[in-house]
Order: sequence, then structure tokens, then C-alpha cells
Amino acid sequence: MAATTAAAPTAVKARRRDPRRPVWQEQPKATTQAAKSGTIVVILLVIAFPLYSIVLTSLSDQTSVNIAGGMVVWPHGLTFSAYKLIAAGGVVGRALMISLLVTAVGTALSMLVTILASYGLSRTGSFGHRTILWFMMLTMFFSGGVIPLFLVVSALGGFDQYWALIAPSAVSVFNIIVMRAFFMNIGSDMIESARIDGAGEWRILWRIVLPTSRAVTAVIALFYAVTYWNSWFNILLFMPSDSVKWPLQMVLYTYITQGNPMPGAGTTTIGGFVGNQQIAPLSIQMAVVTLTVVPVLIVYPFVQKHFTKGVLLGAIKG
Amino acid sequence: MATPEVLQEAPPAPAARSGAARKSKLSWAHRLRRDRTLILMTLPAGVLLLVFGYTPMLGLVMAFQDYDLYDGITHSPWAGLANFQQLFADPGFWHAFTNTLVLFSVQLVLSFPVPIALAILLDSILSRRLRGIIQSVVTLPHFFSMVMVVSIFDQMLGGTGLLDTFLRGHGVASPPNLMTDPAFFKFLVAGQLIWKESGWNMIVYLAALAAISPSLYEAAAVDGASWWQRTRHITLSGLRPIMVLLLILNLGFALTFGFEQMLIQYAAVGPGAASTLTIFSYENGIVQGNYSYGAAAGLFLGVTSVILILLANKVAHLFGESGLYRK
Repeated sequence: MAATTAAAPTAVKARRRDPRRPVWQEQPKATTQAAKSGTIVVILLVIAFPLYSIVLTSLSDQTSVNIAGGMVVWPHGLTFSAYKLIAAGGVVGRALMISLLVTAVGTALSMLVTILASYGLSRTGSFGHRTILWFMMLTMFFSGGVIPLFLVVSALGGFDQYWALIAPSAVSVFNIIVMRAFFMNIGSDMIESARIDGAGEWRILWRIVLPTSRAVTAVIALFYAVTYWNSWFNILLFMPSDSVKWPLQMVLYTYITQGNPMPGAGTTTIGGFVGNQQIAPLSIQMAVVTLTVVPVLIVYPFVQKHFTKGVLLGAIKG
Repeated sequence: MATPEVLQEAPPAPAARSGAARKSKLSWAHRLRRDRTLILMTLPAGVLLLVFGYTPMLGLVMAFQDYDLYDGITHSPWAGLANFQQLFADPGFWHAFTNTLVLFSVQLVLSFPVPIALAILLDSILSRRLRGIIQSVVTLPHFFSMVMVVSIFDQMLGGTGLLDTFLRGHGVASPPNLMTDPAFFKFLVAGQLIWKESGWNMIVYLAALAAISPSLYEAAAVDGASWWQRTRHITLSGLRPIMVLLLILNLGFALTFGFEQMLIQYAAVGPGAASTLTIFSYENGIVQGNYSYGAAAGLFLGVTSVILILLANKVAHLFGESGLYRK
């Protein structure tokens, strides 16, 4: 009792100690704390600020773009006209639909192939699984490179075809390895007893393996989706000039990164009017950038919940 | 992993002695028949890899030909090592080679420590909630495409970007355009990669930090070790295996480094600054239609990369680390 009262005054004088801080750790100095907080704020700003400015510019009217002299930092007049213009049709709207479609079809195909292969290779002691695994893994270390691939796809008639944006990158051996590792961890008693009950491999995969590994399946599907959504070089390689067929990343590259003028027919003009309101070309460009990132932002929270596991497993098994 | 009571009554599950025991007893024909469904399941992936992975590898024989689009691989005339002789005498190739090494080294030196520092910083934050928020924000750019990242950098640092507007507004008459400056390009490349990947690479380090036993820190603190001593001898040495692993992975892919990133910015900064080995192969092979020459550069690249990976792994073993794969 006496001891606590004696200690109290000094405790009051010192800054309050966070109960979560480990006992052995000394209380950092106020300056250290401030420097740390400052660093964290700077790091967050470096990532968030460009995104904020891009979204804000896409929502700004011509006058606020003029006042800012370019990218907008302080909101003045907000408007959705850039998005209305895009929704009215033309290059960007079409590219958005194409990107969504390629991503959806590609992800479905990749998942089908990946799940089948992962399950097919997940039984230790099954005939030839080691050989098949090696056959697949070799492609991770050595590839023929861009030129032979281009010629192979062209020879198969893939030039300017949508399947050329999907098939060559449909299998990620890395994802197969990750998924296979998860499948191998599923209790083999459960699988063995199902087999004794007469269940075939397809049934075991569909009824036991897939329902018990929803998390991995979801994460890998999202990884594939992000890859398809973000892929750009294969469009440049297989679909360089047919601008009507371009997905969004290629539109972003051609008209924003490279600054080529967008085809000027009708509503697709860069800059323009919705009703009698003028829209700044910069706002439309930033709307394209925003549209490219929004699907990633929507999907992100779902992946984020799981990907620590995925990355770790990759690091261990990779 | 405990099995339910009900199942434990049963005799030892056949799974327990599946693998080896089964393998030795059954003939291969029997096993083939037993596992035919499993093999069938790997077929779609196998076929895709065969067509888009292995056929292009065979296609690399064109590096020893004078490939003609209409004659194809089968009818094009053989050229022996002529393409390689031309390649090794080409100043453009050697420029691409040294430029790749320069871009890669600058990037490695500048970006490698960032995720480690970030992980240590994040690990020292006491509030779980705040840590979660910061982690979500810093990992986000990993999921952006390279085109996207370059666009964002362009809007910030480019000729009409925010920095430019800001500097002009504060009396700088003609601010430098960092996006098109060839001398600045190597730092730009490093900056873009730091912005995009630091948060993602941090996750692995965070997990490694979580695996370090707190009792080590406690004992060190009791012995009077300072913050820096604890960081150096406990934190950093705990992270060492992961650092070595990532360094090896990085070195293995040094020569094929940054293809998309260079290609996107090739027009803006020019071939002098952005030409790398992969770009050299692409520019000669696809853009100029000199397929055999491009493929020769590609083959050189592929072979040296494999050697590099194997070498880096060997070095890791020598240092007593487990490396990329085990022997």
C-alpha cells in the first residue's frame, strides 16, 4: 500500500505507458514517437495522395481544372460529366466491357485448369505425379521468350483474337503449386473413407476437397483476375493495332501514358460537352485511370484478408 | 490434427502407409489404371504448357537459322552461329547489357532495404488496428498494373504533373521533367518499384518478425542491450534467411528485369536509358521483324538467367542458407 502511493507521483509525471507495450521495452522518447508518426503519415500520403488527386481531377469541372492549372488538389466544382461522357459509349466504355469480359472468361478457364491440375497432382504416390510436376515446374525457370511465343500464337491464328490474351497465360504453375500444397493438407482419412464408400475422384474433388478449401480457391481466383485485368504486354504483342478490340489497359497506355489523341468521332472526343457543360480533357483522362483502378479497389479487401497466408506459402514452397 | 473419437476405433487408416508401401507392391500398369483420372485431370494444364511453354522453347532453334516467316522453322536456311557472332559484335547489345546491370543494381540497392525498414517500423506499432490500416494502404499498389503506375507517376512528376505545376507556381521557370530525363531514369525506375512493391515485399518480413521469439528481446533488454543492439543482433539476424532468399530470387531474374516498365517508358526516355536485354530482343525480333536475331538474344538471356539462378542458389548453400530449393 505504502509502496504504491510512494510510486504514484513519479508515474504521473512520466507519460502514460501503453499497456500493450512489452514490459522489457523502454518507453520511447517523445521526439522518437513524433518522428515515427511523421514517417508513417508521409508513407501513407505518398500512396494515397496521388490516388486522391486523380479521382478528384476526374470529378472536377473545367473551371476547377483551369484554376488548378492541371491536376486538382482542392475540390471546387464537382461533376460526374466525365463519367457520363464515358458511359455514353465510345472507346473507353467499350474497352471497359472488353476488360471485364476477358477477365471473367480468363479467370474461369484458369481456375478450372488450375483446380484440376492441383488435385491431380496432390496425391503422393500416384502414378507419374512427380514427372508431371517437374514437367510443369521447368517452365518457371526457362522460357522460350517473347519471339517464339509470338510466332506460335500467330501460327495458331491467334493474332488479333481474344483467346490470345487468355490461353498463353492461362496456367500459372506457381498457383498450381500453392493450391496443390493446400489440397495435400486436407485430411487424407476423409478422402480415403470417401473412396472406400465408392466415391470417384471427381466426386471427392467436388464434394470434399473444394468445399474445404474455399479460402485458397477464392484467393487464387482473385490473383488470376487481377493478373488478367492488369495484363498489358500481351495486348501490345498480339493485338497491336486493332484499337476497336482493345481492353482498358491498352487504352490507358495509348491515350494517356503515350498521350496519343483519342479517335475523335462523336462522343469519343477527348474533351467535349455533356449537355452544355464543358469537360476538361484531363478529367476524362483521369476518369480512365480511375476506372482502371476501381475494380482492383473493389476486389482488394477480399484478397487482402487472405493473402498473407498465400504469400507465406509461396515463399516457403516457391 | 487430432482425429475424432469415432474414427480412432478403426484400424490404422490405409493412408498412413499409402505412398511407399503401395508403390512397391503394385505394378506400374496397375498404378496407371488406378490413377488414370488423376492423370487426366492434369491434362488441360499440361496441354496449355506444352503449346505455350514448350513449343516456343523448341522454336528457339530459329536462333541458329536465318528465319523467314513464310518458310517457317522447318524450311528456313541454317545459319550456324552467325546470329550470335553478330550479337556479340553489336554495340547495341552490349549497351543493353550494361544498362540492364546498371538499372538493376540501382534498383536493388535503393529498394531492397525499404520493405525491411517498413516491416520493422510497422512491427513497432502497438495498435493492431493502425497496423492493419497501414498494411492495407502500403500493399495496395502491388495490385496496380505497370501502365497504371507509370500513369500515376506521370501525373505527379511529369511535364504537366503536380510537381511541375507547383514549381512553376513558386517561381521555377522551367522545372525538369523527371519522366523524360534519361539521366534520372534509373532512379525513376527504382522509385516506381519502391512505390509499387515495398508494401507487398514487407509482408514476408513481417511474418518473419512475428516468428522471432520475444524472450530473446526480453533477455537482451535485461542484459542492457540498446535498441540498436537488439535490432541488429536479434531482428536483423532473424530476418537474414529471408533476406538471402529474396536476394537470390532477385539476382536470378536480374537480366530479365523490368521488361514492361521499360517498354512503357521506352518512347518517353529513349533507347539510351531504357534499353535492356529483354527490350533489345523484343525491339529487334518483333518490332523490326528480325526474328532470328531477336531469338538469339532471347536464348542468350534464357540460358544466362538459368545459370544465374543456379549460381545464386549455390552461393546460398555455401553460406549455409537453405536457398531457393534444397539439394
